Amino acid sequence: MNSYPSKLLESAVNELSRLPGIGRKSALRLALHLLKERIEDVEFLGQSIIKLRKEIQYCTVCHTISDNDICQICSDPRRDKTTVCIVQDIRDVLAIENTRQYRGVYHILGGIISPIEGISPSDLTLENLIEKAESGIFNEIIMALPSTIEGDTTAYYIYKKIKSLQIKISNIARGISLGDELEYADELTLGRSILNRTLYQGD
Amino acid sequence: MYLQKLKLTNFKNYETADLGFSEKINCFVGDNGVGKTNLMDAIYYLSFCKSYFNPQDMMNIRHTEDAFAIHGTYLRNENQSDSVSCIQRRNQKKLFRMNKKDYDRLADHIGLFPLVIVSPSDSDLISLGSEERRKYFDGVISQFDKVYLDDLLNYSRALQHRNALLKSIAEHGGQSIESIEVWDQQMLEPGQRIFEKRTLFLKEFYPLFQNYFEFVSEGREAVNIEYESQLRNLEFKELLRSSIRKDLAMRYTTAGIHKDDFMFSISGYSAKRFGSQGQQKSLLIALKLSQFEYTRTTKGYKPILLFDDIFDKLDERRVGQLVKLVGADDFGQVFITDTQPDRIEKIFKQVEIEHRIFNVKNGAVAG
Ligand SMILES: [Zn+2]
Repeated sequence: MNSYPSKLLESAVNELSRLPGIGRKSALRLALHLLKERIEDVEFLGQSIIKLRKEIQYCTVCHTISDNDICQICSDPRRDKTTVCIVQDIRDVLAIENTRQYRGVYHILGGIISPIEGISPSDLTLENLIEKAESGIFNEIIMALPSTIEGDTTAYYIYKKIKSLQIKISNIARGISLGDELEYADELTLGRSILNRTLYQGD
Repeated sequence: MYLQKLKLTNFKNYETADLGFSEKINCFVGDNGVGKTNLMDAIYYLSFCKSYFNPQDMMNIRHTEDAFAIHGTYLRNENQSDSVSCIQRRNQKKLFRMNKKDYDRLADHIGLFPLVIVSPSDSDLISLGSEERRKYFDGVISQFDKVYLDDLLNYSRALQHRNALLKSIAEHGGQSIESIEVWDQQMLEPGQRIFEKRTLFLKEFYPLFQNYFEFVSEGREAVNIEYESQLRNLEFKELLRSSIRKDLAMRYTTAGIHKDDFMFSISGYSAKRFGSQGQQKSLLIALKLSQFEYTRTTKGYKPILLFDDIFDKLDERRVGQLVKLVGADDFGQVFITDTQPDRIEKIFKQVEIEHRIFNVKNGAVAG
């Protein structure tokens, strides 16, 4: 099939092309680029990837990516711990933090429920969320999940589990946003939709 | 609005073709297999961005060539025309252009040049399973109702999830009934709306259908479409709840609007099981003519009508009646294919309708 002049090159291309969005052509381009770099720079790149994978931790409270047991947001005394915003992954946290409109904390689900892709509630951090809710620390839970069938279903699942707890449940106001994914919403729109959040309509 | 010009390059069996059309009736006459239907398909392409007969675009490129192109010019009024092009290169994305501008989404084009086709392959609507009939009626309703289309897409997505979940529970256990119910919730509203809209549509559609069937079959028989849905007897929520055991055993969702059917009957007998070929043909022609009229009354404009090889096996008098019908002012531009040039000529001698006849011979058209 592909005849590379070097087994080393071939192996590097194989590994790089496993990354999302990288085809074999781009992988080859990246590999050839690395060959031109100073060896110290490439070593640094390799080590930071290994360190990332080996040493990264997840915040035991909100499950975001962190260097410590408890992340910066969760350990910040100025943040309102009684308001929690539920998001799919860390990209949503970054997007919402950029708006500077939100002073509560987060809970990262690590995905959304999707039987087609084999993702069930137990693959997410839902159980921990429900435990925290039951412990009575939250006054308000804000759903900031994608406005897709899967996002809606996940929000509804959470609602059903906690509706008896007398916690205010709200949904970030969307519909005017630019994209469905929080990540792509512009800061102004996103900031406004958090401030103008509406009460969650269950059944 | 009508199609004034059609230009083909390496489309199916045509190396090139360059045709100018009548605003009323256009007939392609010639033997079987010379490519009359391919001309119809090219016109269909310009309205729906795809073939009516072959879903694989690349297969419509003339054998060893690299690409096909279809160009159409529609006259909207005296001094305004639209040019529409479809270009398909081998192993590349299909290009679709309106007035020299590429579309990002083909869906934006569909509906701009409405068209109704009647073809022998429509008999699948009667002979095959319920899915064909749902697809047909869903297509007609969606043309007028974008909410309906959204509901269909959302419903089917939630249904796929629910089925995947049922299968996974059957295979690996775990997960509760509760996890199924969250998907029920996603299906309930769109499902209920689809049921209500199908019911309402049929109520409006049926009188037209009855009328045209009488016309085509010369009033000898009564026709009926029965909308069958489990939702008629039980509320959807109840229906899903009561079928959960069965669903778990079958590993898919057994209740819902995805099980609906539309049953055609003639004089009280199932058209699928007891209808003769002639009856089935009358039924399909009547169905498509009703679709035409429904479009005209709802949207206020006349779709282009394609009659592909439907005169075969109809007697001359009935063919004459049909041509007279579609030649009237209620109808717009019409395209007809037929294997018998004599018959067509004779009809146009009897009635005065603006028309043009094209003789088609193996990939060549003479007007
Ligand atoms: Zn944290």
